[in-house]
Amino acid sequence: MQPTDIKNPEYFHKVVDCQWACPAHTPVPEYIRLIAEGRYADAFMINWKSNVFPGILGRTCDRPCEPACRRGRIEEEPVAICRLKRVAADYKGDISARMPPKPQQKNGKRIALIGAGPSSMTVARDLAPLGYDLVIYDGEKKTGGMIRTQIPKFRLPEEVLDEEMGYITAMGPEMRLGQRIDSLKELLNESYDAIFVGTGAPKGRDLFIPGRQEASAHIHIGINWLANVSFEHVTKIGKRVIVLGGGNTAMDCCRTSRRLGGEDVKVIVRSGFDEMKASPWEKDDAIREDIPILNYLVPKEFKHKDGKLIGMTFEKVKAEYDAKGRRNLVPAGEPDQYFECDDVIIAVGQENAFPWIERDIGLAFDDRWNMPVVDETTFQSTLDKVFFGGDAAFGPKNIIWAVAHGHQAAISIHKFCQGEDVKDRPPTHMNITSQKMGIHEWSYDNAISVNVRTAVPHQDTHIALKNLRAEVELGFDDRLALREAQRCLNCDVQTVFNNTLCIECDACVDICPVDCITFTEDGEEQDLRTRLNAPSLNLDQSLYIANGLKTGNILVKDEDVCLHCGLCAERCPTGAWDMERTLIDVAQAGSACCTK
Amino acid sequence: MTFMAKPKFHHPQLQKNALGYTRRDYEGPVSTLCAGCGHDSISAAIIRAVYELDLPPHRIAKLSGIGCSSKTPTYFLGASHGFNSVHGRMPSVLTGANLANKDLIYLGISGDGDSASIGLGQFAHSVRRGVNMVYIVANNGVYGLTKGQFSATSDKGAKSKRGALNKDEAIDLVGMALQLGATFVGRSFSGDKDQLVPLIKAALNHKGAAFIDCLSPCVAFNNHDGSTKSFDYIREHNEALNSLDFITGRQEITVEYKPGTVETVTQHDGSRLRLRKIADDYDVHDRIAALSYMQQRAAHGEIVTGLLYVDPEPQDLHAHLNTIEQPLNSLGTHALVPGQTALDKINAAFR
Repeated sequence: MQPTDIKNPEYFHKVVDCQWACPAHTPVPEYIRLIAEGRYADAFMINWKSNVFPGILGRTCDRPCEPACRRGRIEEEPVAICRLKRVAADYKGDISARMPPKPQQKNGKRIALIGAGPSSMTVARDLAPLGYDLVIYDGEKKTGGMIRTQIPKFRLPEEVLDEEMGYITAMGPEMRLGQRIDSLKELLNESYDAIFVGTGAPKGRDLFIPGRQEASAHIHIGINWLANVSFEHVTKIGKRVIVLGGGNTAMDCCRTSRRLGGEDVKVIVRSGFDEMKASPWEKDDAIREDIPILNYLVPKEFKHKDGKLIGMTFEKVKAEYDAKGRRNLVPAGEPDQYFECDDVIIAVGQENAFPWIERDIGLAFDDRWNMPVVDETTFQSTLDKVFFGGDAAFGPKNIIWAVAHGHQAAISIHKFCQGEDVKDRPPTHMNITSQKMGIHEWSYDNAISVNVRTAVPHQDTHIALKNLRAEVELGFDDRLALREAQRCLNCDVQTVFNNTLCIECDACVDICPVDCITFTEDGEEQDLRTRLNAPSLNLDQSLYIANGLKTGNILVKDEDVCLHCGLCAERCPTGAWDMERTLIDVAQAGSACCTK
Repeated sequence: MTFMAKPKFHHPQLQKNALGYTRRDYEGPVSTLCAGCGHDSISAAIIRAVYELDLPPHRIAKLSGIGCSSKTPTYFLGASHGFNSVHGRMPSVLTGANLANKDLIYLGISGDGDSASIGLGQFAHSVRRGVNMVYIVANNGVYGLTKGQFSATSDKGAKSKRGALNKDEAIDLVGMALQLGATFVGRSFSGDKDQLVPLIKAALNHKGAAFIDCLSPCVAFNNHDGSTKSFDYIREHNEALNSLDFITGRQEITVEYKPGTVETVTQHDGSRLRLRKIADDYDVHDRIAALSYMQQRAAHGEIVTGLLYVDPEPQDLHAHLNTIEQPLNSLGTHALVPGQTALDKINAAFR
């Protein structure tokens, strides 16, 4: 096999599973170490640079990092990365002095940003320090977009949202809140140098089954209803509530209902429990609030009497899998089920809607989905000065994806305004530093904690259900945070091998607690994986290969379950192994690599 | 030296043996020897051998003397019996323990100082008596604990780390073991576990005096140019006689080899040694030929490794002495201390 090119930042980046999985590529182990040191403000700033909204995401992120966490492959549960992020935000103190100052000089370029949600605000955060004149439009009177309208306050306190949006508005963009853009054509005439569209996926899907029209007074569309609750247009709901849908919006709807007077609230879902789109912890939180989740029931009819909703009937289905493993829901052949209710909330998905973009301005839409054609790397539309990001680009995803889109779109807008090729993407940078301080001393804590995942303390349910604003998750205190931070394996502290120093004494092979090191004859990857000291079944994980050894053998290190404990380096007599901390710096607009 | 405990986590697919133990369960605490010490590789090989043989740790007694090598039993088989004896006296303590309890498996760990200098007489007599044991000498040809003086197994003409030339003849422990009647003699290299592990497994199953001379480079004091016990020197001069598989009765031999290239030695207990011959004309059952072969090759500067000699029908000390079947600790007080009448009877026999 070809020896591994460890100079390519992407190789070690991939070893840091959490950072690799994070759409915004947050350097997770780096900030977790800072939390362990009690340096919360520093941890916050690392987060802020990558994901812009640490306090918000520390409560609401879908956490793609956690299923990727190496710890989950070694014991049962990954590190509670998301909750540690929140710790950084909760205890950081005043960091306003560390925010970038307003630029002294403007660069003369004007950018319009449509929508004040996470993707637009990320673009603004990245571009404001570079001297752009930014104008942010939003139909609502406040910033935040879907974060404010759709996420209930018992999950995300308004102060946290206001604070983190505030850091960006303080950078000086012109905020035109309450001004909805009804025509892109008109905006194009306003001589902006570029336009960013971050308008989300604002349309809640409806359910057209018999009785929908007649009983409509008590049937609500999930995201609209949540927005109305958020702005306090809605303050109560009936005692018996059915929530339709299995995603996170459905979980927010049912839990909000419990706080607005709903006593008998249930979630009814077409699919099975495990296939529900909602994050597992959100389902747990709903169940904890006495909300049953009923599965394999397909809505059939809204029942009404005298113009008032009285209940719903459902057809019982079961899952059948065809030869290709695809699931089909087929009638179970059981009698229909009927549930009485006073209100129904439909949370069966949301869609994009671009009635305000004229189809004759040169901005292409695809025929099939009626979505704008957007480049997946540059986020540029077919109209070169218009860029998309967040849910507006490729349909509904999570906040962290909106942030990631924002960073990439900001790079593109910056390049576009500087007359550079937007397709020429700036490279990832990597700082790599040896952690060696003595023969067996490292500047990171290499002892491996055997603690199991720390549960986050919750507010007492009786108290939580009485107050729509009472935050349910209380977050870790400093003691719990330290305990959880120690579970991090420091995957960014890499095992770096120097073939010219190795004497092939096998000390590293003998000490490795997870048998990830093998010295063997060269071969192709498929063959090599069968000859390693431990089964090498996780093909997604790289093999680190080095040749040039005296015996002609090669070194193979399977990255899969390496604990990054540094014992290979401690037991190496010649220093052929070293533990080196990598800081992977994914380019953003305005980082040194991006400005020529 | 490493202060950190080895993490408890192991590879998620780590296999368990027939007793339900993983290889990691046979480990001890982290070694305090110098990083890269060959002795640590021997420890790892012992762990693997015992794990693969499904041996219950509490049926093994590990005994050692003094020296770097003799520290190693701390670092393997943490759940086994251990005895760290006086310098050079491991063979006597082992012989005594074996006489008292023949049911245990005895693993003697010694070094070139412990066995070839201060303990040479003890080594010789335990081998000569055919004590049922595995006697492993971790042989690095240097006094590591006292910072690098030549040991009794240093080759004549070898250079010390500081440049001094060794003018004394080396003691050849393998040659001595062959002469003294060891029924299983092997030589191996800490850096070649593929050879060492099966050799230890076969020795553990051998019911007699099994001796393994294991070259084990000292990275701190004897791994330089001019040393004849360095990683590079041993790798360059290693002439393996055979490659060994140890097969317990349960496993079937499925691989076929060309006739004449493989010899299967069936042992007393039904277990088998499969020797894949590398040197065609070498006969592992001829003690005298082995002795002269070793010396011839040594004269050519070669280090012969592999299984050098095995007697498939060994006899051990208990057989020589015609001792009782059960171990002494299973006999009651009455049997062990039969009283005045019995003593009188014995005395009467001498009158």
